[in-house]
Amino acid sequence: MNQQRKTLAKRGLGAVHALGLLAVFSLLAVEPESAWAAKIGDVAEETSLGQQALRFFSFRDPSVRYAVIGSVLLGISCGLLGCFIVVRKMALVGDTLSHAVLPGVAVGFLFSGVSASGLFDWSFDVANITKNPALIFCGAVVAGVAGTFLVNTLKQTTKIKEDSALGLTLASFFAVGICLLTMIQDLPTGNKSGIDKFMFGQAAAIDEDDIRLMLAVTLLIVAVVFVFYKELLVTSFDAGFARSIALPSEWIHHGLMLLVAFAVVIALQAVGVVLVSAMLITPAATAYLLTDRMHRMLLLAVGFGVGSGVLGAFISFLKPNIPTGPCMVLGASALFAVAFFGGPRHGVLTRWWRHVSRSKRVQRENTLKALFQVLERRDAEPEDSVSLKELAERRRETPDEVSGQASALKQHGFVTLHEEGKKILFTPSGWQLACTIVRNHRLWELYLTNAANIAADHVHDDAEKIEHLLGDDVVRELERMLDDTTRDPHGRAIPGFADIHKPFTPAAARPSGYGRNL
Amino acid sequence: MVEPWTENLPTTFWIVLMGFLITAACGLIGNYLILRRMALVGDAISHSVLPGLAIAFLLSHSLNTLPMFIGALGAGIVTTVMIELIHKKTRVKQDSAIGITFSTLFAIGVILISLGQTDAVHLDAECVLYGEIAFVPLDLVKTELGPNALSVVKNIPVLNSEMFLNGNLLTIAPPPVIRMAVVTGITLLLIVVFYKELLVTSFDSGLSSSLGINSTVVHYALMGMLSVIIVSAFEAVGAILVIAMLILPGTTASLLAHRLPTMFGITVVHALLSAVGGIHLATWLNCSPAGAIVVAGSALFALAWMFSPSQGLLQRWLGRELDELDEEDIERLAKGV
Repeated sequence: MNQQRKTLAKRGLGAVHALGLLAVFSLLAVEPESAWAAKIGDVAEETSLGQQALRFFSFRDPSVRYAVIGSVLLGISCGLLGCFIVVRKMALVGDTLSHAVLPGVAVGFLFSGVSASGLFDWSFDVANITKNPALIFCGAVVAGVAGTFLVNTLKQTTKIKEDSALGLTLASFFAVGICLLTMIQDLPTGNKSGIDKFMFGQAAAIDEDDIRLMLAVTLLIVAVVFVFYKELLVTSFDAGFARSIALPSEWIHHGLMLLVAFAVVIALQAVGVVLVSAMLITPAATAYLLTDRMHRMLLLAVGFGVGSGVLGAFISFLKPNIPTGPCMVLGASALFAVAFFGGPRHGVLTRWWRHVSRSKRVQRENTLKALFQVLERRDAEPEDSVSLKELAERRRETPDEVSGQASALKQHGFVTLHEEGKKILFTPSGWQLACTIVRNHRLWELYLTNAANIAADHVHDDAEKIEHLLGDDVVRELERMLDDTTRDPHGRAIPGFADIHKPFTPAAARPSGYGRNL
Repeated sequence: MVEPWTENLPTTFWIVLMGFLITAACGLIGNYLILRRMALVGDAISHSVLPGLAIAFLLSHSLNTLPMFIGALGAGIVTTVMIELIHKKTRVKQDSAIGITFSTLFAIGVILISLGQTDAVHLDAECVLYGEIAFVPLDLVKTELGPNALSVVKNIPVLNSEMFLNGNLLTIAPPPVIRMAVVTGITLLLIVVFYKELLVTSFDSGLSSSLGINSTVVHYALMGMLSVIIVSAFEAVGAILVIAMLILPGTTASLLAHRLPTMFGITVVHALLSAVGGIHLATWLNCSPAGAIVVAGSALFALAWMFSPSQGLLQRWLGRELDELDEEDIERLAKGV
């Protein structure tokens, strides 16, 4: 109970932080405008990149401020919802939804020309058409919801498969939108400048009204995700459990789709219809590569969304003729590429490097073990030297290969080489490691024969693999289970604590070639 | 209603012919995409050929056929490889992998086009979205006829008209229409020749391997043909509307027929009707012809959905009696849902 209250309090605190941050942004948004340039394009006259960056990040110009705040808001809302889209495997539903809003945008744009003086007394005046964010928002949300509804109905009433239904809805709605847009572009009105930016996005076209709407929607999305976090989590990961605790999964799904429609629509202005789905999918997929915890994934996705959004706005600030949307998407894709190659756990390069270093370590340990066995067979002391030839015979490899392995050991400080690399001497740490590996090997063999009843001639291969992996705790446990036995199934001594920490006379202190056994 | 045909016959004719050829080629290959549940791969490829086209264009400084095809094929291969890589090497699911791949490539394409934009060439952002099928008839290929050929042509009633014959100059066709006709012809030919292979690999992979058909080769051949069709359609209808042309005819046909040859027939009829209907719609509304063709095609799909004898909505509403259980209901009952 207490625990629960604590987590609730923590969650509440997080919500307060997030809301506080948003409030700061909103203050920035409505701060009185200064007398700097009115459009992003007018600003980019300064020469050097540094000057431009300074100008951009000082937020002196209201248009830059709007663009940045807009990118931050869309990064937050798309990042949050994108996580649920990705873990529910609905990425292509998001894509369909984002294409399907286009006719709604066009209708919302046209509808601003309608003025109603009575209930049935409507008039349409082309000259009145403006870019009214609220109308466009409503139209686009209606179109998006209609699109999802069409996909569901098609799946339910016909034999058309989901992929075809998605593609069909996407393209048909988009075509209707294209027809309407090309009609609008031929209308005799001067106010159509805003609408062509909806295709590929232009952060510079965001104005104060847009920001207010984006802020309200983002607050709503953040609040809903915080309040219904548990429900969303359960329905996303465990449908059976959700059913068993009587969660209305269907309604949660529909609610989520509605929120996604909201997020898509507020992102349209900056990212554009065609690429807005990428802002949903890519930051979330990047976060998915980096963490296993949903709340961490949400935070990371929001971070990546905001980062790539601001980056895209900055690039299109530098080069106003490049649309913002593709820049943002490329920023997000670059982050994904970094996580794909260099992610700490799932990154391709990281895993490759881990594999390489592990196999190198295994080889080093095998060489040390061979050195140990050579000495053991001669019944020699750890301070004695092993010749390269002996090692090569033991490993059944050529002298060249073995001398490479020996110098790798020398690099790690496990052995010292003498007489032009022909003689190998253990260092204390090398001896300890060799003893540990041999002990692991023999303990495991003994365990398999004694405890698992496996024949003594079948245990070697398994022990070859496990000897590199056993940790101290397991070894203690094995020793305890085997009653500290000192002989392995083949009758050889298991190196014990005393062998590992044998007082060691450094090899360099004694003249080589005058050993006790000679 | 007949305005487009009386006012401006040659232009209308070439646009309708181009629209028909594109929709037919896309629809024919689209049937296989739908059967193989690969409709969204078509979506991905149509988006991601863009950077290939843009790079080919920036390197060759022309819209010639060969570099464009090479660029688009390259982009198609990159797309397939990227999706596989992301999907296989990480725990990102296939749908997200498709989404990330095509949006990245498409974004690269749009940026390349915006950077390399010049006044002289008509490869621009709008062309990417809805193509320029209206400009197709601007550039007609004409040939001068000798006196013998002229007399032969004059005896053919269709060709002996103002539209084709001007003095002794015979209009052949605009180059994009010729190219598209060749591509459509090759598509049709390949489908006829390899009908059995495509059929078997689409429906029964077990049978196809026992017959010794290499389904991987068939798959990649299909993808290659898809890339070629998308590239030739690109200039006229853009990157996104082509998805509709891939999927709409096939789904309409699948609502109306159950046998593949019948479906191909319906696909072609659908292509013709939507091209003709689209041009009327475009004239009427004064909007983009490519968009209008797709809207007309969607309307035809809606009609089929309404009145289909086996899966139509009307049929469902009228015939919901217990003795008229269709397969789906039987399946549902069998599952106990």
